[in-house]
Amino acid sequence: MSFINYASREINCKIVYYGPGLCGKTTNLQFVYQKTAPDAKGKMISLATETERTLFFDFLPLSLGEIRGFKTRFHLYTVPGQVFYDASRKLILKGVDGVVFVADSQEERIDANIESLENLRINLKEQGYDLDKLPYIVQYNKRDLPNVMTVEELRRELNPTNVPEFEACATTGEGVFETLKAVAKLILIDLKKGK
Amino acid sequence: MSNPQLVMYDEEFQEINDVIGRLLKEANAKVIFLVDKNGQLISGVGETERFDTTSLASLTAGNIAATGGLAKLIGEKEFSILFHEGEKDNLHISIVGGRVILVVLFDSRSSLGLVRLRVKKSSEELSTIFEKLMKKSEEREKRGSSEFPFAEITDDDIDNLFS
Repeated sequence: MSFINYASREINCKIVYYGPGLCGKTTNLQFVYQKTAPDAKGKMISLATETERTLFFDFLPLSLGEIRGFKTRFHLYTVPGQVFYDASRKLILKGVDGVVFVADSQEERIDANIESLENLRINLKEQGYDLDKLPYIVQYNKRDLPNVMTVEELRRELNPTNVPEFEACATTGEGVFETLKAVAKLILIDLKKGK
Repeated sequence: MSNPQLVMYDEEFQEINDVIGRLLKEANAKVIFLVDKNGQLISGVGETERFDTTSLASLTAGNIAATGGLAKLIGEKEFSILFHEGEKDNLHISIVGGRVILVVLFDSRSSLGLVRLRVKKSSEELSTIFEKLMKKSEEREKRGSSEFPFAEITDDDIDNLFS
C-alpha cells in the first residue's frame, strides 16, 4: 500500500515486476536505471547469485516529480523468477501498489509464463489482493527473438482480461518506459479514486 | 488481509521524531531509522546523510520479511528482534506495534544491553503513537477523504509527470 507522508509531503508507491525465470525483469530495471537522470534515481540494489540470477529481489527507487506539491516516488522491485524461490516471491508482493507481468515471448516459454501468472494470482490472493483489482500491466518481452509467438496468441493465453499490454525488448529498452509509465499512471489514477 | 494504507501527519511525525531523537541520545546510537514493513522509510535521526536511507529501508524490510518467513516455518509468529554484529558498527532491528521496524545503528560507544533496554521503552511510546495514527487515518477515511491531496488531480497532472 502506498505511503502518504503529509509531514515531508511525499507519496511512495511500490511496483513489482513478476514473471518466469529469465524473462527479463531485472533487465527492465537495469534499463530504467541506465536511462534515468541521476537526480531522479537512487541506487539499484540486486540481491543475486554469483551467476547473476536474482536470489531475493532487485530494487530501484525512482522519483518522478511533484503532483500538487507532493513528491511522487516509485519503488520498483523484481521477484526471483525461478520456481523454487516461491517463498521469497510472496514476501516481495507485500504492500504492492501495481504489478507488471513480464512474459517471455518465446514459444518454448509459454508454459513457464502460464505457470508464473497462475503463481502470481495465488500469491496475491494469499496477501489479500485480487489481480483483477490491482493496477496491472502485461509486457510481452523479447520481441526481437526469432522464435516468438504472435501477440494475439500470447494475449489469448496470458491476458484474457485485456489489461494494457506492451511489446518490449528489454535489452534495447524498447517498450520498457512505456510499460513503467502505464503502470505508474494506473497507480496514480487509483490513488485519485482514494482507494 | 494486507495492511491498510499508512498516512503520516505533521503532529504524529513530530512526536515520532521526538521519541527516536531521545532514543538516539539515551542509547548512544549513531543513527536511528523507522521503516514501514513494506520498505518505505518513515523517518530517521542522527547521521542520516552518511547513509543511503532508501536502500537501507528497503533491505531492512526485506530482512524482516525473510526472517518472518523463517519464523513461520518453525512455528513462531515472528522474530521481533534481529541483531547484526559488525567489526565496528552493529544493527539492532526490532518490530514496533506489529507494523513498523525500528533500526538502531550503534558502535562501541554503546552496547547491545543498553540499546535493548532503551529500545524497549521507546517501542512502547512509538506503538502508542502509531495506534493513534491508524485510528486517525481510519476516522478520516470514514468521513470521506476530502482533504486527500490526490482526490483532485487531473489526467493532465499525471501526464505532466512523464513529459
